[in-house]
Amino acid sequence: MHPTAYAVGLTMARKHKSVLPGFGLSLGFTLFYLSLAVLLPMAALALKAASVSLDDIGRTLGSERVQAALWLSLRTAFIAGVINVVFGLLVAWVLERYNFPGRRLLDAFVDLPFALPTAVAGIALTALYSPNGWLGSIAGIAGIKVVYTELGIIVALTFIGLPFVVRTVQPVLQDLDAEIEEAAASLGATPYQTFRYIILPHVTPALITGFTLAFARALGEYGSVVFISGNLPGKTEIAPLAIMTKLEQYDYNGAVVIAALLLVVSLIILFIINGLQAWGRKRKLA
Amino acid sequence: MAGIVTKQAKAGARRARGPRTPAQIGLVLIATVFLVVFLLLPLVVVFSEALSKGLGLYFAAITEPEAMNAIKLTLIAAGIAVPLNTLFGLGASWALAKFEFKGKSFLLSLIDLPFSVSPVVAGLIFVLLYGTQGFLGEWLADNRIRVIFAVPGIVLATMFITFPFVARELIPLMQQQGNDEELAARSLGASGWQIFRRVTLPNIKWGVLYGVILCNARAMGEFGAVSVVSGHIRGKTNTLPLHVEILYNEYQFAAAFACASLLALLALITLALKSFIEWRGHSGS
Repeated sequence: MHPTAYAVGLTMARKHKSVLPGFGLSLGFTLFYLSLAVLLPMAALALKAASVSLDDIGRTLGSERVQAALWLSLRTAFIAGVINVVFGLLVAWVLERYNFPGRRLLDAFVDLPFALPTAVAGIALTALYSPNGWLGSIAGIAGIKVVYTELGIIVALTFIGLPFVVRTVQPVLQDLDAEIEEAAASLGATPYQTFRYIILPHVTPALITGFTLAFARALGEYGSVVFISGNLPGKTEIAPLAIMTKLEQYDYNGAVVIAALLLVVSLIILFIINGLQAWGRKRKLA
Repeated sequence: MAGIVTKQAKAGARRARGPRTPAQIGLVLIATVFLVVFLLLPLVVVFSEALSKGLGLYFAAITEPEAMNAIKLTLIAAGIAVPLNTLFGLGASWALAKFEFKGKSFLLSLIDLPFSVSPVVAGLIFVLLYGTQGFLGEWLADNRIRVIFAVPGIVLATMFITFPFVARELIPLMQQQGNDEELAARSLGASGWQIFRRVTLPNIKWGVLYGVILCNARAMGEFGAVSVVSGHIRGKTNTLPLHVEILYNEYQFAAAFACASLLALLALITLALKSFIEWRGHSGS
């Protein structure tokens, strides 16, 4: 639709909006259910976090074990995100641009990590990459140990994060006319130059958004990681597991401190994603 | 509308080309191998491990009383959380897509909030609210109501985790469809309920179904949040994913994978339905 037609439609719609009934009822129900199911429990965390003493914060964040868990989570989520950017772009590109047998099936399977319960993914990856598993035995020949190491955590987080990157990049590639690439090629650009100067700038906002979504998910991920990581304190214990450990020791204040920190990081990430999406829209209009 | 049609035709024409140069074939091969090794193999492992000790043990593992109880609890939790969140999604999308008001984008972010909370943190907030040390703990104990380490806690945590799924699917869909048909119905004298039932609902039915199956997959498969609030009481507060964990930690691998295969099957059905709806949505409109 033409932008001006869209704007006119929008103002017309706005003028007529009050004509439709049910605003009070639907908004009231929305607010009521939202408060009960989400805001009330979230307020409990905020209240509890506000009542934690500085001593408890210092004790929790000062502990080497907690610090190791936080850094491990940030590091592995970052590395998995980078791997997903590379392979996610490749997968999105191949699925969007080429027709080959099995394309539709592969396209559907990209969403498997969304649909497969995390605990199932966790035990399956552990069985697959354990020293006598199908892939673990191959890695073992090369002297690489996956299960119960940081590498295992990265494998699980890459599995969980892949669809975020593929599904954010795919629509952008669909929007990018193949003719532009053909024009570049006909003007003598090498495939590398077309990729570097035409495609990459176009998909960069989507790639960063996909990375950020995958990173945020990986930071809080629990089920797929706890089986393959082995949970060695200070070595392969991730931040969400550190919360679990604190809870099992009835150290509620410690659990709240780590949880609040994770939540703040997630909210900052959410804020960045919103900014990125606005940036992407602006670039598309320009 | 014309724009969508030409775009689809273009996309189809573009896709009709197979990979031609060796480099293109190489790219397709790398992507295919990556997806098969990385996504498909874990799924194959679940079924191969599940059947590794024979069909007899497989069926014994999924029909023993504790497994049946876990399946039952999983169905109860999803059976409460999914309809409630669907109802919420319908109400929220009507309010947010059909009307303009102040604070709308803030409300949208609040609805998205559960997506950015770690499952473990989602479990923790319910312990802080309803646990024995929690804000409402004393009152609940006085009235002999158990939420944490009991079924209500599992249901609440599941509701929280799957809260945005249907709303998130419907709000953009209804915004995109606009208000024209509803306004026409209104001008012809239809009541609010009639408009919703006869005009809006038929237009969004595939979107609702899409949201429901994704919501359901997550509700039945949720692990972290439920793990925190359940207390792992065998035969009582174990959902199917928690039952899988217990079996696995007891080295009953074949039984663990047998129960996991049920959840993997659920994932496959979810993917199949999702693809069907996407295909139907394309050709239907």
